[in-house]
Amino acid sequence: MAESAGQTKGTVLRLALGGVGMFGFAFALVPLYDVICEVTGLNGKTGGRYEAAPAALKPDLSRDVQVRFVTNTNAAMPWHFGAKQGGMTVNPGGVNVAMFYAENPTDRPMVAQTIPSIAPGRAASYFHKTECFCFDQQVLMPGEKVEMPMRFIVDRDLPEGVVTISLSYTMFDITDQASGRYALEKALATKRAPVASAAGDTGAAGG
Amino acid sequence: MSAVIEAHHDDHDHGPAKGITRWLYTTNHKDIGSMYLWFSFIMFLVGGLMALVIRAELFQPGLQFVEPAFFNQMTTNHGLIMVFGAIMPAFVGLANWMVPLMIGAPDMALPRMNNLSFWILPFAFTMLISTLFMESGGPNFGWTFYAPLSTTYAPDSVTYFIFAVHLAGASSIMGAINIIATILNMRAPGMTLMKMPMFVWTWLITAYLLIAVMPVLAGAVTMMLFDIHFGTSFFDASGGGDPVLFQHVFWFFGHPEVYIMILPAFGIVSHIISTFARKPLFGYDSMVYATASIAFLSFIVWAHHMFTVGMPLAGELFFMYATMLIAVPTGVKVFNWVSTMWRGSMTFETPMLFALAFIFLFTIGGFSGLMLAIAPADFQYHDTYFVVAHFHYVLVSGALFSIFGAVYFWLPKWTGYMYDEGLGKLHFWLSFIGVNVAFFPMHFSGLAGMPRRIPDYALQFADFNAWSTVGAFVFGLSQLLFLWILVQATRAGKKATTEVWEGSEGLEWTVPSPAPYHTFAEPPKVS
Repeated sequence: MAESAGQTKGTVLRLALGGVGMFGFAFALVPLYDVICEVTGLNGKTGGRYEAAPAALKPDLSRDVQVRFVTNTNAAMPWHFGAKQGGMTVNPGGVNVAMFYAENPTDRPMVAQTIPSIAPGRAASYFHKTECFCFDQQVLMPGEKVEMPMRFIVDRDLPEGVVTISLSYTMFDITDQASGRYALEKALATKRAPVASAAGDTGAAGG
Repeated sequence: MSAVIEAHHDDHDHGPAKGITRWLYTTNHKDIGSMYLWFSFIMFLVGGLMALVIRAELFQPGLQFVEPAFFNQMTTNHGLIMVFGAIMPAFVGLANWMVPLMIGAPDMALPRMNNLSFWILPFAFTMLISTLFMESGGPNFGWTFYAPLSTTYAPDSVTYFIFAVHLAGASSIMGAINIIATILNMRAPGMTLMKMPMFVWTWLITAYLLIAVMPVLAGAVTMMLFDIHFGTSFFDASGGGDPVLFQHVFWFFGHPEVYIMILPAFGIVSHIISTFARKPLFGYDSMVYATASIAFLSFIVWAHHMFTVGMPLAGELFFMYATMLIAVPTGVKVFNWVSTMWRGSMTFETPMLFALAFIFLFTIGGFSGLMLAIAPADFQYHDTYFVVAHFHYVLVSGALFSIFGAVYFWLPKWTGYMYDEGLGKLHFWLSFIGVNVAFFPMHFSGLAGMPRRIPDYALQFADFNAWSTVGAFVFGLSQLLFLWILVQATRAGKKATTEVWEGSEGLEWTVPSPAPYHTFAEPPKVS
């Protein structure tokens, strides 16, 4: 009986460790899905940093790719946000610029975060943005309008069958979130004054 | 260990402790099993009441009785209470009672942790149900609590909901550890794994599923907690997270969870069918392998709950094929139950009626599940009442009927009294008719396009809903009859024999009825 008590303890310990491991596994799923989505381009995630070798930056003139732009604001986001062009025809390997505009029509400073998504998913890892307003939080004072460039390169290795790439942006209001408050503080510290006259003591207090 | 128990015997001839402390401090698997069963029955009635609120509102088009916000709390809590408060604790209670008896063990491996596992539950569910009385209202985001509805847009009480889930999850994990430790280490000499009764096998496998996936649920609700209170963005797109991640993590837990709720039922049905057909279970080995296959497959099918979420084609195909594959081992089990009855000497007492109804009605639920597995077709069925019909067939006329059957089957062993067979049959027929009238029309309203989780609906769904409500009330009220039957048995029932049923086999039927407080102090020899 004594050794079965020891065996029992061993069983219990292994099972408890298994349980703890599965709890860790749940949290590990977060980076795991991120990695899988980046590697496969699933979910339209456009991947991390891009460093172009000079050879990759020669436009492939034999091939045309249609890039279309779609913009949305999240339901709770009152800004005006759009693309200045509906799309453009590009060559893989060429550097292109697309322009977007945003306006804060409210009477308080606000902060936005724009999240991109690419369709089809298998094109996502071949679409490289070298400059994008979606990399940072955007602070706009009341009434402020801004034009935002987005520089991108479609990789020369884009799979053969992809003829159209759609880039969809969704803009969220993050004024009340930690990252938004921080961005607003920074912006105000660099002496961007509120534009609206009646603003007075509303937004300038730093959110 | 045996020396300690022998000495203990003299002190214990006064029987179990008296008063409330007996129940608060008990480490006895029979006491704890009884507490789990009574707790689950109370939760079943509470969850059932919520179902009747839902069905009353849905009896006719229009909003008659409750506001939509409250209706959402009813659908959410009906699901949470039935899944986590009624079905799961009932199966754990049956395991506590029967597993030690079936393997010839004196008790569970960790009796004090067993006590803790039970007593966590009343606290967890008091916390959950108390949220219904809070100012912000209770959880209203469905029992699947997808983010961000359950994070950004949740009522303030969501934090209590999260803690209730943590507690119930801890209870299940500890219970599962206990069951595996007991089964692997405390079987009577001679009882090899392939000689164990099917209920023990199904619970062994279920316990592994519990340890694997309940922590994942804990992870999901912890991530929710962080998103709500600590500024993280696991499920918030604006911070770089993804609501679809929640669905993946939840259903990675959620699919094995529903197999956790059915595998013990399979074990129960195997026992009842072989007893009342007076024939050994057909194909014991294949039953074990089929159960293990179902458990393994349950880990790789979760996204069939998410076919409409925007998965790439390869994902849809994989999950469709894997899901359809589960029908194979399940079919093996159904064929084996039927083969057990073939040329058997059958009688139709109440437990057998529930087991037979299980086989027939669970199979119907399985067929609607197969329909749902077909990804392109699921685009039509997803989030309609067709899904509601499917899971109520497998959970109510499946899992719940097996629990009813088990209670009728083993009650004489637990209490020493026979229940009234006439009343038992009446309870069966009322339940059978109620369940089918309630849930069969839901296949049709779902196919006709009625969405889930709505307090009001378009006129064309009215007749189906009216039928469902009538069936639900018949079914619900007949559970009060069940309560009466249980109480009446212990007050005025006929005394039960040791064997109880003519065809019964197994160690549990060798101890007297009622089973003594301590059994198998000496392990029996198994040939």
